[in-house]
Amino acid sequence: MDWIQILNNSASSIISPATLAYALAALGLAVHFGYAGLLNMGIAGFMALGAYGYAIGILTFNLPWWAAALLGLAASAVFALILGIPTLRLRGDYLAIVTIAAAEVLRLLFLTTTFDEVTGSADGLSGYHGSFRASNPIPEGTYGFGPFMYNEIGWWVRILGIIALILAAVTVWRLMSSPWGRVLKGIREDEDAVRALGKNVFSYKLTALVVGGVIAAAGGIVYALPSAVNPGVYVTSLTFFVYTALLLGGAATVFGPLIGSLIFWVLQTVLGNVLPAAVDAGLLPFMSNIQAQTLRFILVGIALMLIVIFRPQGILGNKKELTFVK
Amino acid sequence: MSPTATAELVVDINNVVAGYLPGVNILNGCSLQARRGELIGIIGPNGAGKSTLLKSIFGQVNVRSGTITLDGEDITSLRANQLVALGVGMVPQTNNVFASLTIEENLQMGLFQRPSAYAERLEFVTSIFGELGKRLKQRAGSLSGGERQMVAMSRALMMDPKVLLLDEPSAGLSPVRQDEAFIRVSEINKAGVTCIMVEQNARRCLQICDRGYVLDQGRDAYTGTGRELLNDPKVTELYLGTLGV
Amino acid sequence: MSSDITPPVERPKTTGLHVGEAAPGVAKTDPIIVVDGVRRTFGGLTAVNVDHLEIPRGAITALIGPNGAGKTTLFNLLTGFDRPDAGSWTFDGKSISGMPAFKVARLGQVRTFQLTKALGLLTVLENMKLGAKHQIGERFWQSLFPFFWRRQELEIEDRAVGILKKFKLDAKSEDFAASLSGGQRKLLEMARALMSEPQLVMLDEPMAGVNPALTQSLLEHILDLKDEGMTVLFVEHDMHMVRHIADWVIVMAEGRVVAEGDPITVMRNPAVIDAYLGAHQELDLGVVTGRYEAEDADPTTDALASDTVEVSDIEEEASEESK
Repeated sequence: MDWIQILNNSASSIISPATLAYALAALGLAVHFGYAGLLNMGIAGFMALGAYGYAIGILTFNLPWWAAALLGLAASAVFALILGIPTLRLRGDYLAIVTIAAAEVLRLLFLTTTFDEVTGSADGLSGYHGSFRASNPIPEGTYGFGPFMYNEIGWWVRILGIIALILAAVTVWRLMSSPWGRVLKGIREDEDAVRALGKNVFSYKLTALVVGGVIAAAGGIVYALPSAVNPGVYVTSLTFFVYTALLLGGAATVFGPLIGSLIFWVLQTVLGNVLPAAVDAGLLPFMSNIQAQTLRFILVGIALMLIVIFRPQGILGNKKELTFVK
Repeated sequence: MSPTATAELVVDINNVVAGYLPGVNILNGCSLQARRGELIGIIGPNGAGKSTLLKSIFGQVNVRSGTITLDGEDITSLRANQLVALGVGMVPQTNNVFASLTIEENLQMGLFQRPSAYAERLEFVTSIFGELGKRLKQRAGSLSGGERQMVAMSRALMMDPKVLLLDEPSAGLSPVRQDEAFIRVSEINKAGVTCIMVEQNARRCLQICDRGYVLDQGRDAYTGTGRELLNDPKVTELYLGTLGV
Repeated sequence: MSSDITPPVERPKTTGLHVGEAAPGVAKTDPIIVVDGVRRTFGGLTAVNVDHLEIPRGAITALIGPNGAGKTTLFNLLTGFDRPDAGSWTFDGKSISGMPAFKVARLGQVRTFQLTKALGLLTVLENMKLGAKHQIGERFWQSLFPFFWRRQELEIEDRAVGILKKFKLDAKSEDFAASLSGGQRKLLEMARALMSEPQLVMLDEPMAGVNPALTQSLLEHILDLKDEGMTVLFVEHDMHMVRHIADWVIVMAEGRVVAEGDPITVMRNPAVIDAYLGAHQELDLGVVTGRYEAEDADPTTDALASDTVEVSDIEEEASEESK
């Protein structure tokens, strides 16, 4: 087992676009679930809208990359409104059911051959990197040190991703430490008490749904920036992976989702390298190489269950402040 | 008529501390004994913990310290379904019948742990509440408050309880139906059922009970036989005063 | 208990509130709320059935009645927390039937809850600040830039601390509300309600579960509200408290208003006494049912009558009622 190689890959994954994308998605979910108490089980759908909005914006509407990104964000905001307006007046479980269904509907719409011209159906979309790469200010070449060696495109993607992440984190932090955030905190605990004080509870919940959705869409865009948009990615499992990252770090904090995503992806990378290598080295004789890859995901599922049962507040969270734990 | 002091202890509540929210105790060290065949009344101001005391017997509130025994067996941490099997019957104040079921089905629900005894228990219940037998097919949701309460009591009686807990049986009833409710509880008790009744109408409650407990701030403020408490000037002044006094 | 309470300085009761004879539904000289034909049923049960009711402005009105009479349901209807089956009501002349709770609260009405809703996961001070109205920082875009709301936040904090001092909760301002005792939480809920500078304060059983040491101060605070020009409507079971601070009393039973008037007169009204104590106070049900002998009868009852009356007489009277 080549440990140097494994370590290199793992370290590199710390700032990979996938990690940054997960951090943004988890941050968006933190706004929904951690701060507003909304049980959104379709965060994958918001990410999909961001990614597809971006790709379709470039390929079908010939928009420059930054306008296409805005299109992706706007699509997510509209989606949040469509989901929220009918369901937020009902019990929380209804939102959960509706969001799972909605995300699946979206994925199937992207998958169906009816819209093949626009969405690429099962093949997805690719080849939209033209204007993005053209706008890259970094001159051609390879930069970095140690495990962090990327070319100018790789750095451009990472820099933008990090900027997006910082913007989102600052926004969420500002929001939650303001009087607006205080009202949301009250709503999380007892909606009626906050209503009795004259606050429009529905409007706050809807706004939170939109804000979180837009941030998650940004995650989808960052994920799609350097590669391709594939409908097979935005499945319900993705939602559960984001939840794992979020709960691991701490649901109702700003840094929780970031740290959780980091650990999640580094671990994924480590396991993704270690397990197959272990199989090759004969340490796991009952498994094949491909099965070892799948084992990763099984382990994620188990980890999610363990976190929820034994440490729902995650690493950074405060158990006393949790409302979804009795 | 009333059981002697040597009759065996059915329910023994010893120094119970309990509450719903963490850190907030409604009961602050409350004790109560009920002997076989007795009618026990619990009165006191709102917020004193009367309903909470009943709920702590029935496993519906966190008992933080103290013990509750039934016929000598510790039932403090048991849940409601286990308690019903052991013979604790509960008549809640609200939501006490299945509105979408008929009276007959409600009574059958009371007996679902021992369905074979249905005919025998039905006879017992209709001997106390004659009119029930004539209206078995009526939907419980169409009944008035007083009628529902009668059905709720009957349902609890179907499983031949060792002790019947009643939470404010007269609540929400017109004046004359309140009197009727108290008479019903008295009839149930006369038929041999040990009863523990929480009530807001303190005077009526004390008139029909064998022994009473006055709760205040989650503690036993006064206790004695029903007659003793009715004649106690302190109790009268603080808890039984008619409105104008 | 509460009978030991006498306010240190007797404050005068407000009189002249009604127009004409004091009967259920009587008009008031200056009503702040007028209720018409409100009905609310749950399944087959009528919880509230009020033909006409007016709440007087600037006075302390008590809403009393036995458990299950519909008082809290009426509260919930008036404050927008429940929808009636029929009926309408106005607040300050403006129709508010069907208005959602948060809009009603913005009009100048504020309420507390029977099971107190002090937000335990927020600090005492945060609870207080939440109560203030028209907060710039509560608007989404402005909230992102503290520059817009910082100054108002400080003003709100000053006001909050001032009220907390009056309620003797200022020392606890940084503690989580969950760490307060039950009575302190009630005080906090009342203090928080004052942050919105309301016209009408509706208190649902403010005394329930509060230990006697705090009852006195709670009473004083309610009287202060009237002195500061607010109208108070409260639900209570403690008759001594009602007698001490209420200017006007409304009695509900089985969903209807059965009596209205000043506390002394109302509490002597036979219909009211019946609603609380049962139809025949002269009877001792223990004697009627044969559990006790006539010579042991409850001294406040007629032993002979109790001995003579049969259980079947009462049962017949009850079944007569439903015809």
